[in-house]
Amino acid sequence: MEVRWALRSYRPIMAHTIRATGLRKRYGAVRAVDGVSLEAGEGEFLGVLGPNGAGKTTLLEMIEGLREPDEGEVTVLGLPVWPRNAALLPRIGVQLQATSFFERLTAREQLRTFASLYGASGARADAMLETVGLAAKADTRVEKLSGGQAQRLSIACALVHDPEVVFLDEPTAALDPQARRNLWDVLRAISTGGRTVVLTTHSMDEAETLCDRVAIMDEGRVLELGPPAALVRGLDVPARVSVPSGRLPRAEAAALPGALDAADDGVSLVVSTRDPAAVLAAMGARDALDGVQVRGATLEDVFLHRIGREYRA
Amino acid sequence: MNTGVVRSLTRALFVGFVRDRAALFYTLLFPLFFLVVFAGVFGSADSPRVEVARVAPVPLLDQALAHDPGLRDTIEVTAYRTPEAAVRAVEKGDADAFAAQDGGTLSIRYSVADRVQSGIVQSLFGGLTQAANRAATGERPAYRLEARQVEDASLSAIQFFTPGLLGWALSMAGVFGASTTLVTWRKNGLLRRLRLSPAPLRSVFAARVLVSLVTALIQLAVFLGVALLPVFGLRLTGAWWMSIPLVLAGVLAFLGIGMLVGAWARTQEAASAVTQLIVLPMAFLGGSFFPLDSAPGWMRTLSYVFPLRYLNDGMLDVMARGLGPASALPQIAALLAVAVVTSLAAARIFRWDAT
Repeated sequence: MEVRWALRSYRPIMAHTIRATGLRKRYGAVRAVDGVSLEAGEGEFLGVLGPNGAGKTTLLEMIEGLREPDEGEVTVLGLPVWPRNAALLPRIGVQLQATSFFERLTAREQLRTFASLYGASGARADAMLETVGLAAKADTRVEKLSGGQAQRLSIACALVHDPEVVFLDEPTAALDPQARRNLWDVLRAISTGGRTVVLTTHSMDEAETLCDRVAIMDEGRVLELGPPAALVRGLDVPARVSVPSGRLPRAEAAALPGALDAADDGVSLVVSTRDPAAVLAAMGARDALDGVQVRGATLEDVFLHRIGREYRA
Repeated sequence: MNTGVVRSLTRALFVGFVRDRAALFYTLLFPLFFLVVFAGVFGSADSPRVEVARVAPVPLLDQALAHDPGLRDTIEVTAYRTPEAAVRAVEKGDADAFAAQDGGTLSIRYSVADRVQSGIVQSLFGGLTQAANRAATGERPAYRLEARQVEDASLSAIQFFTPGLLGWALSMAGVFGASTTLVTWRKNGLLRRLRLSPAPLRSVFAARVLVSLVTALIQLAVFLGVALLPVFGLRLTGAWWMSIPLVLAGVLAFLGIGMLVGAWARTQEAASAVTQLIVLPMAFLGGSFFPLDSAPGWMRTLSYVFPLRYLNDGMLDVMARGLGPASALPQIAALLAVAVVTSLAAARIFRWDAT
């Protein structure tokens, strides 16, 4: 608990834009969300990371005001989100799924229709299309957009009224790596200008790249909460130095100064160490640095450490 | 209600509908196709014809035809080479009767395959024989029959099946439209997305209803436009314009049923299946494809369960039977009542999302 408090105070706490306390939601015997409290400050980019079925979407839906919690309450911008709060809705933007569109409309028509729901102008909608890089696809029907383009349009629909808080539910799931990285640029741009963003994802590198703070969630509970770098550092996992097999005998590698252990699978020789600088210096002295790679702990290690490696569908 | 939202949503939904080729086909072309088929099948059936085969001349028949030219519209005489050929024509249904005269005896051969037609044949020739007997006595007839139909003299088959087929088209478009929209929007998350927008939900539903009402008026215009072509020969009677409020009330009733189906069904497949289960029996029992006047009593009673029955009755009254505008009011009231009841039931079982 001490660690967690330390992590939470890593960033000075601003006025809470989002405050969720003691949220619980169960479906029959399944505790989808089992006692979650979260805050997000103004301008913060908060990630909710977890495997499928961890309760991320249920948590997000309760924070958005789409689902009534069994227990606990949520305020966004100081206003209660449940029941449907018409005063709050113009100030938040939501992206649920890339397919939540009116059928057979073009990208421009789609965005203009959503703009009209919020009383935003058509000009603003067209500008938004430009912002997400879909100007060239303005006259393409939504059914003909690629997965990445549909996600961009869906995000544009969430932003068309310039909301103060934005919720994105797994925006990059099911995208190819290139489309994902392209979308990251769009997502990074969203959080400029003091906008608060909450994003769910099951991708570690996405959370690490985009988020100020990450909540790691599993089985309806938040297991870790803090800036990605602090979570990784707090994990205290050895770094791994690898070189192609054959540069050094395994036994010699294991005996290097600072080395904890060494393994050779015939392709790579991997030395684990808490002092990569010493290992690299010793390898350099043996002229064995050709093709070296150093890999520190990542959010993935934190995730696997907390959640385990067993397969869960 | 927010008029700006209603206007832009109505436009968006209408554009989406017009671009849906399958929906356009089922809403407009498919029913028109039936109009063409029905016109072809029943178009000449307004005065039933009797086809008579003969080999040798039949003096009694020839005299009657010469005496009363009006009979030529009813009786068509075809000459065959041999009695065997004439009998075969009757058996095959190419002719309704084979007539021959031997002195004072008129003989006819007919088939009971078509009982209605065989009845007509017997009474027709019975009448001819009696008239000839009476003429032979030289007596003046004491009684004279004068028969006229009660409807507008222009009444023909198209007057009956235009309202019926239009009602069927409207019920298909209405029930399918509403159930499909609700299930699709629930499945793709648009319902939840709309719930998280500040637009009042009334406005969203109002826009969807408006689109259906506009679509129905287009169906009415196209249907009447085609049926009024000389080929089909529909003639509108006095208060036909009352079919406009009838159609609008009918659409509301069908949308109500569609929403009830859409609120209940979890998948598009289930919604389509249930919609078919409702619309097809409703079209038959509601009197869209055949008049219910000759149907058994229980069927006529059952037909009043279906809103289409009220719509068809109402449209038939004002479009074909020449009744006044007020005659449609009870039907409009019944349709609106169905709309209210089904909508309330739909609202009760409505779900925002699939889980």
